[in-house]
Amino acid sequence: MTVKTMAEFAAENKEPEILFWVGCAGSFDDRAQKITRAFAEILTAANIEFAVLGNEEACTGDPARRAGNEFLFQMVALQNIETLNMYKVKKMVTACPHCFNTIKNEYPALGGHYDIVHHTQLLQELINEGRIKMTGGGAFKGKRITYHDSCYLGRANGVYEAPRDVLKSLDGQLVELKRSKTNGLCCGAGGAQMWKEDEPGEKRINMERIDEALGVQPDIIAVNCPFCMTMMSDGVTAKEKQESVMVYDLSELIVQGMK
Amino acid sequence: MLQSIVFSLVSILALGYAFFQFRKVYQNIMLGEAEELAGPAADRWRNMTLVALGQKKMFKRLIPAVLHFALYVAFVFTQIELIEIFIDGVFGVHRWFVDKLGPLYNVIISTIEVLSVLAFVATLIFLIRRNALRIPRFRKPEMKGWPELDANLILIFEIILLICIFTMNGTDAVLQTMDPEHYPATNFAVTSWLGPAIFGGMEEGTLKILERIGWWGHILMVFLFLNYLPKSKHLHILLAFPNTYFARLKPKGEMLNMPEVMNEVKSMMGLGDPDAPEPDMNAELPEFGANDILGMSRIDLLGAYSCTECGRCTSVCPANITGKKLSPRKIVMDVRDRTEEVGEKIRSGNAEFAKDDSQPLSVDNFDDGKTLWDYISREEIHACTTCNACVEACPVLINPLEMITKLRRHEILTEAAGPQDWLPLFNSIENQQRAWSVGTDRTAWAQE
Repeated sequence: MTVKTMAEFAAENKEPEILFWVGCAGSFDDRAQKITRAFAEILTAANIEFAVLGNEEACTGDPARRAGNEFLFQMVALQNIETLNMYKVKKMVTACPHCFNTIKNEYPALGGHYDIVHHTQLLQELINEGRIKMTGGGAFKGKRITYHDSCYLGRANGVYEAPRDVLKSLDGQLVELKRSKTNGLCCGAGGAQMWKEDEPGEKRINMERIDEALGVQPDIIAVNCPFCMTMMSDGVTAKEKQESVMVYDLSELIVQGMK
Repeated sequence: MLQSIVFSLVSILALGYAFFQFRKVYQNIMLGEAEELAGPAADRWRNMTLVALGQKKMFKRLIPAVLHFALYVAFVFTQIELIEIFIDGVFGVHRWFVDKLGPLYNVIISTIEVLSVLAFVATLIFLIRRNALRIPRFRKPEMKGWPELDANLILIFEIILLICIFTMNGTDAVLQTMDPEHYPATNFAVTSWLGPAIFGGMEEGTLKILERIGWWGHILMVFLFLNYLPKSKHLHILLAFPNTYFARLKPKGEMLNMPEVMNEVKSMMGLGDPDAPEPDMNAELPEFGANDILGMSRIDLLGAYSCTECGRCTSVCPANITGKKLSPRKIVMDVRDRTEEVGEKIRSGNAEFAKDDSQPLSVDNFDDGKTLWDYISREEIHACTTCNACVEACPVLINPLEMITKLRRHEILTEAAGPQDWLPLFNSIENQQRAWSVGTDRTAWAQE
């Protein structure tokens, strides 16, 4: 797959339709890279001219800020804003709700104003406008799909319906978890927990969530966040259900539905 | 006449002492840092109307919501009767409103009576729920001792108060047949039949004493309650209103910016305002975040005082659910307890709490050798996933997460401490601008 960077667009004196903010997980995590590829495939299929920042992208600073390290957050955030403003970026999309939240809600106070959407919102738009078409080939026929709300798309930003709409475009059966939407249970990765051992307790948070998710007997657990992906996949594996229960990002499901 | 004097004196004492105590609460809240109110006032009024007055967030859990609503409406309506009790008490009259309001009087008091019956039932159920049923959020470690007693005391006060109201109105109903001159005829929904059923057949003298016991008992419970409020979790009945008004309007995911850090980093990176004055290198290093309530915002402290310790935050906290030490309710309770302590110590004027004992004790010259870390452990703060479930759950819009992140900021920025596990993360972001220290290209995903 060929992707163009902002620098390449700028060299041709052109502007892409949208900037795809990949994020650290989407760039470096093996599993999340697949999500990035799937989403890029969808953008390509929908004839959207997009760019990435490539190596000019820096961590948004979300984990640093939530750990309490404001200096580090400001360093990378201001660096990103410099880069984005230099390219006069207006529209952005990302597959990471943490990057989404930080850029949308926290960069404005630092001088970075962008129109950013989460990829599930863009997917909803593309499906509604018919720019991507589901073949209805029955890839998900009879499949039970449950959806795990990420905290940073859900409670933090109030996006509950877009991902559900996207899932409804598949021919599977959407099964809600007991703790969903505003009551959704965290996967355990937020607030920089991803990078540290759990504090002493009885159970890991992802195991609590997986127990709940497996309780609805799903074939597929749909997530919208690369960190939830890690947590939920680890949970499924710990329960030795990786053969029967798949954890997918929404973009991966759409790619399968398009084929 | 004697009764009027006694009543007036008791009222002045009770109201005066309550005022004195509420002023302390106000002073304590103002110990926090001022925080700019962002966003339109109309949204704040809407929050207050829906969330405090309308109890919107309570209705996420239907059973407690309905019971709580019964108590709440009964409480609000009973205030009308309280006006009459004051007038009767001060001027030595009996049921002053009867001939002023005519038939409307029966409607008002009947409404209060019906609501009081509902409140009575609700209070009994609450007592059972709290003591006989094993509802986990009422059994957490932070509820042991005073908080548990506090919760029960309020319910017992409520029961006594309601019994007093029914005794007062019930005996009155019987006395109307004996001494219509002094006891004007009324017809209330509950006591018109409950009164004769319980008190019928009693001596007039006994009834008159019982009626006074009901009347005095009611107003004394009100005074007791008023003076109990500032020390109790029950303060939420008042502070829920300002707290929902002052609650931050920003999206839950947004952490408050730290302009002082931003400006320093900007000038480090050469992005600063070139006309800005050179930073004073000899100045005392500022404290970042908060390790004590003086570094918290007034909105945080108001929140702490608005907490009724219901534990909805803790019951949805992923860390708490999985057995970690963190309980958002405990954080909020600790902030209130520490605020009380700091407030009392500053008001004491005791020089031993002064940072510099040659200067008078004040907010800026205060150090009692303690901080919030004496109340809250690092382990609690480190367990937070910043998922906002506690913030979403609070029926009066308290934000425990804000307190937690302020503590985290202090730990990392001011103390240069914090979990060792985070050092590789910080190093990686600092040196490679990425969350993991890996050598791969950022577009490696496209190469497959």
